[in-house]
Amino acid sequence: MTLPDPFYREKITTAQTATPLPRLLLSALLAALLFTVLCGLVYPLLTTAVAGALFPSQAGGSLIVQGGRTVGSAVLGQNFTAPNYLHGRPSMTNKTDGSGPAPYNAENSGASNWGATNPKLHDSVQQQLAAFRKENGLSDVAPVPIDAVTASASGLDPDVSLATALLQVNRIAQARGLQPAEVEQVIRSHLINRQLGVLGEARVNVLSVNLALDALQ
Amino acid sequence: MSAAFLQFALLLAIMTALVVPVGNWLYTVFAGERHTAPERLTYALIGINADERMGWQRYGLVMVMSNLVMLLLAYLLIRLQGLLPWNPAGLSSQSPDLAWNTVVSFLTNTNWQAYSGEQSLSYFSQMAVITTFMFTSAATGFAGAAAFMRGLAGKNGADLGNFWVDFTRIIYRVFLPICFVLALVFVWQGMPQTLNPYATATTLEGATQTIALGPVASLESIKHIGTNGGGFFSMNAAHPFENPTPLTNALHILSMLLLPSSLTYAFGRLISNTRQGWVIFGGMLVMFVGFLLTLYSFEQAGNPILSKLGAEQTISATQAGGNMEGKEVRFGIAQTALFATTTTAATTGSVDSMHDSYTGMGGFVPMLQMMLNNVFGGKGVGFINFVQYLILSVFIAGLMVGRTPEFLGKKIEAREIKLVMLAVLAHPLSILGFTALAVALPEPLKSLNNSGPHGFSEILYAYTSGTANNGSAFAGLSANTPFYNLTIGLAMLVGRYLTLLPMLAVAGLLASKRRVPLSSGTLPTDTLLFGALSVFIILIVGALTFLPALTLGPVADHLQMVYP
Repeated sequence: MTLPDPFYREKITTAQTATPLPRLLLSALLAALLFTVLCGLVYPLLTTAVAGALFPSQAGGSLIVQGGRTVGSAVLGQNFTAPNYLHGRPSMTNKTDGSGPAPYNAENSGASNWGATNPKLHDSVQQQLAAFRKENGLSDVAPVPIDAVTASASGLDPDVSLATALLQVNRIAQARGLQPAEVEQVIRSHLINRQLGVLGEARVNVLSVNLALDALQ
Repeated sequence: MSAAFLQFALLLAIMTALVVPVGNWLYTVFAGERHTAPERLTYALIGINADERMGWQRYGLVMVMSNLVMLLLAYLLIRLQGLLPWNPAGLSSQSPDLAWNTVVSFLTNTNWQAYSGEQSLSYFSQMAVITTFMFTSAATGFAGAAAFMRGLAGKNGADLGNFWVDFTRIIYRVFLPICFVLALVFVWQGMPQTLNPYATATTLEGATQTIALGPVASLESIKHIGTNGGGFFSMNAAHPFENPTPLTNALHILSMLLLPSSLTYAFGRLISNTRQGWVIFGGMLVMFVGFLLTLYSFEQAGNPILSKLGAEQTISATQAGGNMEGKEVRFGIAQTALFATTTTAATTGSVDSMHDSYTGMGGFVPMLQMMLNNVFGGKGVGFINFVQYLILSVFIAGLMVGRTPEFLGKKIEAREIKLVMLAVLAHPLSILGFTALAVALPEPLKSLNNSGPHGFSEILYAYTSGTANNGSAFAGLSANTPFYNLTIGLAMLVGRYLTLLPMLAVAGLLASKRRVPLSSGTLPTDTLLFGALSVFIILIVGALTFLPALTLGPVADHLQMVYP
C-alpha cells in the first residue's frame, strides 16, 4: 500500500493541452538565439574583459617581448638547432598549408600519431638517436632519454627532462666558450619542480634556459 | 612510481570529497520549486510555461525539437563564417559534409573534430557555435538525466518535469558560474583569452613563429565541466595553450569528473535512498581505478622496440620515462594516464596525449571504456547507461532465482526490458556495424596512418568514439572524408538518441507503475553484493560483445610490439 505523495500533480500535459507544434518551434528558435547570445557571446566576451584586466600578459598568450621584439611565448616551445642553444624535443608539426614539415609551427599543432608498432616510428627514433648522439658527442651505444627522441603530442612541447638537458651541457659550453659547470648551473636553476610538490613531472623549460644563456653574455 | 600513485590518490580523494556538496547542489537544481528572477525572465522571453508538467513523450519531443533548431542555426552560422565578424585569420567556411559532421558532433556532445580548430574556425565560430553548443548539449544531457531520475523516483506519477526548466537551471545555476571562475584560473596559469589576431614572434634563432591565439579559456572551462571535449586547437588539451601546467591538467581532470560523480548522490537524494547512489558511485569507481592502473602500467613500461634501439624509458631522478611518443613532458605518464582514463570514462573526448601512439594495451583501455560507456559517464548519459545495466542485472538475477524482477519498488516487465535491450544493442550494432562497413570498402582504408592491427584499431576507435559520443580519436586516421564525415555523424546520432530516448521511455513507464511493497522476495539493489553483481554483468556483457574486435585490434597490436 503506497501513501499518496503530497507533491503529486495530476496535470500532466496531454496531446490536447500541450502547446501546438508551431508555437513549440518558435520557442525552440528563441531559446537557440537567446542561449547563443548568452553562452556564445556574453560569457566569452565578459571573460575576455575580466581576464584581460586581471592577467593581461597570460590572456594575450604569455608573449615575451625583448627590446620591442616578440621572441616567443613562455608556454610554447620553439625550434632550436644551433649548437649554442639547448634543444627541445622533436616536433611533428607541418607548414600551415600542410605542404611539408615545419617544426614548432604554433599555427598548426600536430603529432606523428604513429602506433607503437609502426615502422615509421622505429625509423624516426633511430634517426633521432643517431643525431642526438652525434651532436652531443656521445658514444654510439649511449642510452638517450626517451623524451629527446620522441615527438610530443602538441608539437609545441616547451620542456625537456633534466636528463635530456644535462646531456647537452658540454656541447653548449663549447659553442659558447663557457665552463660546463656554468651551463649546468643555468639549467639546474631553471628546473621546474612538480607543481605544488605533487602534480606533473619535473622539467626544464627550453626557451627560458636559452634566454638565460643569452643574458649571461 | 609512488609519485604517480600519490597523484592518483589525491585527485580521486578530491573528487570523492566533492560528491556530497555538489550532489546536494544538483539535487536542489533538479528538485527545487522556486524559479529565480533571471530564469523567469528567460521563460517569458522564449514564451514557455514553466509550470507545464511533461510526461516522457512530451519531454522527449521538446528535447528533440529544441536540439533540431539549434542544429540548423549552428549549421547556418558555420557555413556563413566568411561573412561574420571576428575572423582575423580570414578563414573560409567549412565544406557542407564537414559542417554537417561538426554541428552533429557538437550537438550530440561528442565533439569529434574532423577539422583543425586554428585552421578552420574563426573566433566568432569558436564562441557562438562551439562554446554555445558546449553549454546546450551538456545541459540537454543533464536535463535528460534529471527527467530519467524523476521517473525512477516515481514521486510525481508520470510527470518527468519540464525540459525548459531543467535546461535553463543547469546552465544558469551550475555551468555559467563554475565556468567563469574556472576560466579565470586557467588564464592565470597561462591560457590565452583574447580577440587579438595571431601573434608573430621572431625566435632566438631568427625564424618567424606565428602564434595562434583566441578566446581559449572560456571554451576550455565548459569543455570539461560539460564533458564536451572539443579542443580550441587541433592538438586539444596537449597544446600548451589549452593546458599550460600540471595544475590546469589536474583541474581539467577534476572538472570532467565533478558533475558525473556527484550525479550519483543527487540521484540517491531524489529516490530518498543515498545508499543506492553510493552503490552506483562505488561500482563506477572500482572500474575506473582498475582501468587507470592498467593504462598507467602499460604506458609506463614503455615500448620494448624503442628500448632495443637505445632509448632510455625507465624512471630515474632526472626523467619520468615511459612511452613518450605523442605525450608532453610536463604531464609525464602518470597525469597522462589519469587524463586518458578520465576522458574516456566521462565521455569527454579531449586528449592531452595522442592515443594513437599508445602501446596496444594502453589503447585497449580507452576503447573498452567507451564501449562500456558507463564509468562515470558525462552529462548524465553515463549515469543513464549504468542504470540500464542495473535494470539488466535485476532482470538476470531475477531469472536466476525465479522471481519477478523489481527495481526501486517497480516491477520490471517485458516492455522495459525490450527498451533496455534496444539501448544496450544499438551501441555495439553501431560500433561494430560501421567498423565492418569501413574495413570492407576500399576507399575508407586509404585514410589509415598505420597498417595491420593498429590500422584496424584506428577505425574501431573512430566508430566507438562517435557512438559513445566521446570524441577522442586515434587521430592518425584522416577522418575528414565524405565517407567518415557521414557515417561517424550517423553513429553519433544513433549513440545519442537511441540511448536517451528508450531510457526516457523506461523511466516514463516505470514512473506510471504502482509501487510494490518490499517483501522477502525482493532483491535489494543498494547492497555491496548487488553492486559487485552489476559490475560483473557490465564487464561480461561488454567483454562478450566487444572482445573479438578488441582482440583483432589492440591485443594483436600489443603482441606484435612485445614479440616483433
